[in-house]
Amino acid sequence: MKKNVIIIGAGHAGIQAAASLREEGFEGSICIFSEDADFPYQKPPLSKGYLDGSQQKNSIMFRSEAWYENNQVELKLGELVEKVDVPQKTVHATSGEYEFDFLVFATGAYNRELPIPIKGTDQPLYLRTMKDADYLKQALDQEDVQDILVIGGGFIGLEIAAYAAKSGKKVTVVEYQPRLMQRVLPPMLSEHFAAKHQAYGVDLRMGVGVQALHQDSRWTASLSTGETVTADQVIVGIGVLPSQVLAQEAGIRCSNGIEVNKYFETSTDGIYAIGDCALHPNPFAKGQMVRLESVQNAVDQAKVIASTICGKPTSYHQVPWFWTHQYNLKLQMAGLSEGYDQLLVRGDVEGDKFSVFYFKNNQLIAVDSINKPADHLQARKWIQASYTPDLEKLADDSIKLNEC
Amino acid sequence: MPQITYIDSDGNKHQVELPLGATIMEGAVQNDIKGIIAECGGSCMCATCHCYIGEEYLDKLPEMEEEEDEMLEGAVAPRTERSRLGCQVRISNALDGLVVEIPQEQ
Repeated sequence: MKKNVIIIGAGHAGIQAAASLREEGFEGSICIFSEDADFPYQKPPLSKGYLDGSQQKNSIMFRSEAWYENNQVELKLGELVEKVDVPQKTVHATSGEYEFDFLVFATGAYNRELPIPIKGTDQPLYLRTMKDADYLKQALDQEDVQDILVIGGGFIGLEIAAYAAKSGKKVTVVEYQPRLMQRVLPPMLSEHFAAKHQAYGVDLRMGVGVQALHQDSRWTASLSTGETVTADQVIVGIGVLPSQVLAQEAGIRCSNGIEVNKYFETSTDGIYAIGDCALHPNPFAKGQMVRLESVQNAVDQAKVIASTICGKPTSYHQVPWFWTHQYNLKLQMAGLSEGYDQLLVRGDVEGDKFSVFYFKNNQLIAVDSINKPADHLQARKWIQASYTPDLEKLADDSIKLNEC
Repeated sequence: MPQITYIDSDGNKHQVELPLGATIMEGAVQNDIKGIIAECGGSCMCATCHCYIGEEYLDKLPEMEEEEDEMLEGAVAPRTERSRLGCQVRISNALDGLVVEIPQEQ
């Protein structure tokens, strides 16, 4: 008897899940529900190539329309799933009720909102969807928009700040933590990025919070230092929270994300969660439960559940990797560096071409590379294989990386 | 529009018309050509759009930058002088008739 799979979410995780199911020979029906009415597209370019115009709408689609038809993947775009009825194995969506044998939550995450008083007719700008990006681009590209305030010194805020600064805007970045991208970078890399932003005229206010926003013709932000910053546009990137309300209301166990085991099974039989929304045990975090917000995580987890749904339970064992692009700094990260006790820098720091190797208990746990793609690819292989290079050789620039 | 022939990772030929400025990677993904993975969506960050360019067209391609060169070193399939990353090659009229071979592994 042919089974039905329903996937909630048409981001990297959801689309890959459908693709992998077909690749594994799944012959049942596959239906993807997407709240977003736009044809499924990739989100990372929205703060990079899509924003600066080097990528267009049709170059960020996951697949062509024909692909969905040829692979019999049904898309329900612009449809909200309102409820998941677990005992009846049915989803209640805008257009009706749909039964499932397997349900995959690929719901991703949503933007954290500024928890402060905001007065004015306009709203600060957030970035999540293509519509947000269109609006943001249009707002930033205006001649009379000169001063930009970016609240949040994480990846999204900084990628947008870099675009605005390169476009000649006067940018101020306000970051609550003492340094940029503190969640994932060591002090020396935060500093490296800070220096680059400053070289482009960005005014960085670290360890500072925004307490209130007021807008009449322009925006005025009241900072925790007592100072004010005025701007023509305010953009906010203060992190995301997992989209788990649907799962929670269906009685599925959630905390910082929808909880899953190593096969991405939730606390309810036949129901899975993958991608940004999934709190999972990760072997590269020593088996701790983590939630990773990245393309790699979404895609690799999708491949795993496809195998599992097709009766070949596979556990997840893929080295996490990630990238961000600000100005000429292409940072590629392999592994998870949290908890490192030793680090080693190799390469040309001043020339923006170097890698930082992180160790914990004498074991290589992560590598961050700036404009050193070969280092990054080698690092991924090493970390995947739990290999630790010889530190002495690593510290010697004259010895090739693959000989360490 | 220039005509490009892809030989996919199964050895099957597909002839497609690609708009000027599209990359070989985008052309492959959008036309469902098997074997181009494009994990990073075209950011020159993953080397999973590795392909082999038809000999006669090698000198008609945009020059390879250092970044692509380094990434190709990490490509899974053997690197030859015909190797390029699909996301770094944009279609121009000079590439009309190009044949692109996709390796079995990325």
